[in-house]
Amino acid sequence: MSTPVKPARLRGDRVTMAHGGGGKAMRDLIEEIFTDVFLPPGSEDQARLTSDALRVPGAQLALTTDSFVVSPPEFPGGDIGKIAVCGTVNDLAVGGAKPLWLSAAFIIEEGCEFDLLRRIVASMQAEAEKAGVRIVTGDTKVVERGAADKVFVTTSGVGVIPPGRDMRAENIRPGDVALVNGVLGDHGATILAARGDMALSTDIRSDCQSLGALVEAVLAVAPNTRAARDATRGGVASALNEMAEAAALEIEIDETALPLRPEVKGVCEVLGLDPLYLANEGTLVLFVPPDEAEAALAAMKELEAGRRATMIGKARSGRAGRVVMTTLFGGQRLVDTLVGEQLPRIC
Amino acid sequence: MRYVEEFRDPVAAKAVLAAIETVVQEIGATAEKPVHIMEICGGHTHAIFRYGLDRLTPKGIEFIHGPGCPVCVLPMSRIDECVEIAERPEVIFCTFGDAMRVPGTRKSLMQAKADGADIRMVYSPLDALEIARRNPEREVVFFGLGFETTTPSTALSIQQAAREELRNFSVFCNHITVPPPIKALLDDPHMVLDGFVGPGHVSMVIGTHPYDFIAETYGKPIVVAGFEPLDLLQSVLMVLHQIRDGRAEVENQYARVVPEHGNPVSLAAIEDVYEPRRTFEWRGLGEIDASGLRIRSKYAAFDAEERFGVGYGAGPRLVSEPEGCACGQVMTGRIKPTGCPQYGTGCTPEMPLGALMVSSEGACAAYYQYGATDERLEAVE
Ligand code: SF4
Repeated sequence: MSTPVKPARLRGDRVTMAHGGGGKAMRDLIEEIFTDVFLPPGSEDQARLTSDALRVPGAQLALTTDSFVVSPPEFPGGDIGKIAVCGTVNDLAVGGAKPLWLSAAFIIEEGCEFDLLRRIVASMQAEAEKAGVRIVTGDTKVVERGAADKVFVTTSGVGVIPPGRDMRAENIRPGDVALVNGVLGDHGATILAARGDMALSTDIRSDCQSLGALVEAVLAVAPNTRAARDATRGGVASALNEMAEAAALEIEIDETALPLRPEVKGVCEVLGLDPLYLANEGTLVLFVPPDEAEAALAAMKELEAGRRATMIGKARSGRAGRVVMTTLFGGQRLVDTLVGEQLPRIC
Repeated sequence: MRYVEEFRDPVAAKAVLAAIETVVQEIGATAEKPVHIMEICGGHTHAIFRYGLDRLTPKGIEFIHGPGCPVCVLPMSRIDECVEIAERPEVIFCTFGDAMRVPGTRKSLMQAKADGADIRMVYSPLDALEIARRNPEREVVFFGLGFETTTPSTALSIQQAAREELRNFSVFCNHITVPPPIKALLDDPHMVLDGFVGPGHVSMVIGTHPYDFIAETYGKPIVVAGFEPLDLLQSVLMVLHQIRDGRAEVENQYARVVPEHGNPVSLAAIEDVYEPRRTFEWRGLGEIDASGLRIRSKYAAFDAEERFGVGYGAGPRLVSEPEGCACGQVMTGRIKPTGCPQYGTGCTPEMPLGALMVSSEGACAAYYQYGATDERLEAVE
């Protein structure tokens, strides 16, 4: 999409305060790094959105927004741009919406390298194409050194929910089955390792991926899918707790069923962390009625993003809002919501 | 990694649990007249609740959660001193994550960080050394805390800093040792303890002999245990066997890792860098003789107490515990966390009043987080 015929106008290799000043330098930055990639030539900075999906009677709009501040901005399996697209697409998808348009706002720290921005923007565009969404508007601000960490990205997304779809956690019924699409905690463990303040070298990669197609594939064979949640910060444990609370049910999970990579288990063991609370960027929890569970699992396994899909537990009446885990040995314990962030133990 | 899987084998665990059940019956222990076993180490407390072992073992066993979480036993005065050092503008204060939330009299390190102190979370003292190398114009202070497990790595970082002649690195030393508090507990006339499960990683460093006094002088069994659930169950069984047979010995369940005489390299580093303090204050337990370590005068240049004029020797320091906090009674097994009037109301992991609610290894936090109280985890359905 970029237009190689134009001569490069950006001088030097880093962003300066001048690039946030509203003048020519700023226009050069925006055009050369952002709009040349995201927007078709001739677009204005205001999107007029049309879609056939909107014309179906009963269709609903869905809107979501999220800011991304990951450090470091690039890590094995992804970067802040890819996450910013996946995160917003996934938020829409778990609500049953078909994601269509995104906006992207960048807060750039003075001194940030142009090349880093170019890589982030290219990866956003690639992920957007893969997810079938378009980045239609955006914004950039430059802040002084120290006021941000290289670059922060905020994405908002609009999607359309087809008529008749209602995916809310309140819909979960006793007996419904909890499914996840893949291994847990890869993103969180990757970021810990990538920060380099840990003497561990692993080859874990972030699970960062868009899940729109996966959710559609499940809904095609399991139309009564009750609800889904994107298990990002706070991990699967937090997603389950939110759902248990919203549904006013108890959720029971089985420790032996949790899909975990041995490397992630290892990192958690060393640092005294619980993988159930590690962040994910491509993992969702779904509740489906028991008679649709097999079909939903099979449909997920057809796709790369659901290759390791598995059933981890079920909802039951019981104490509303509580998540209970049957441990490896058949003991039981509560899986509570996390207080603040997980802090590594000292020994 | 295979090691880990083997020691989490549910089939093997069932067999050990069955054996435990049998011995408990042979001893005649019941819920009303239980055997009291203290797991000294917070890591064990954490594992017991994380795997639900408390609910799998027979009612005739009562676990008493010992003083073995270095974060939990840190007195408020030491946190106050950390904050005092960290708030100096020239200082970068490096700490392990779980010490961040421990309340001081004024604030925790987490609050001090929000107020502007340059506090960084590290995973090892070597990370702090690296920060010192990269910031020669700043004073980098490492918050050294922990038992014999972490003591050697802090010692090594001081030796390394000395070799490199780093001038901007120092350690605020709060290292403590396991045997003295156990002795203090055993000397307590109110204490009802029938046996101990000892921390395996401490013995990796010091070996098993420092516990001889428990068996010889006090006539109580102790088994040094690993950290996997099966390790713990096996160790409990070994303690029960000793009780049944009327023996009191130091046994080593963790022999795959723990050498009888410890690790000579670590012991040499400890000996070179530290000397015992005459006394050290433990939260909930008070002053215990010779239970803490200080940096020897030959390394005084790397001692943050010297450099910033804080700590022992810098004036009166005992700070009383917050009103209503029953940490001391929990740590000596006199009450369960749920017996503390503050538990779950005035004291929660979000707003800890006492130290046992701070780290996930603290008995109160483990109870709370994993729902060990019957009321929160009773079987419904
Ligand atoms: S509940 Fe809080 S105050 Fe009470 S003993 Fe536990 S940590 Fe201390």
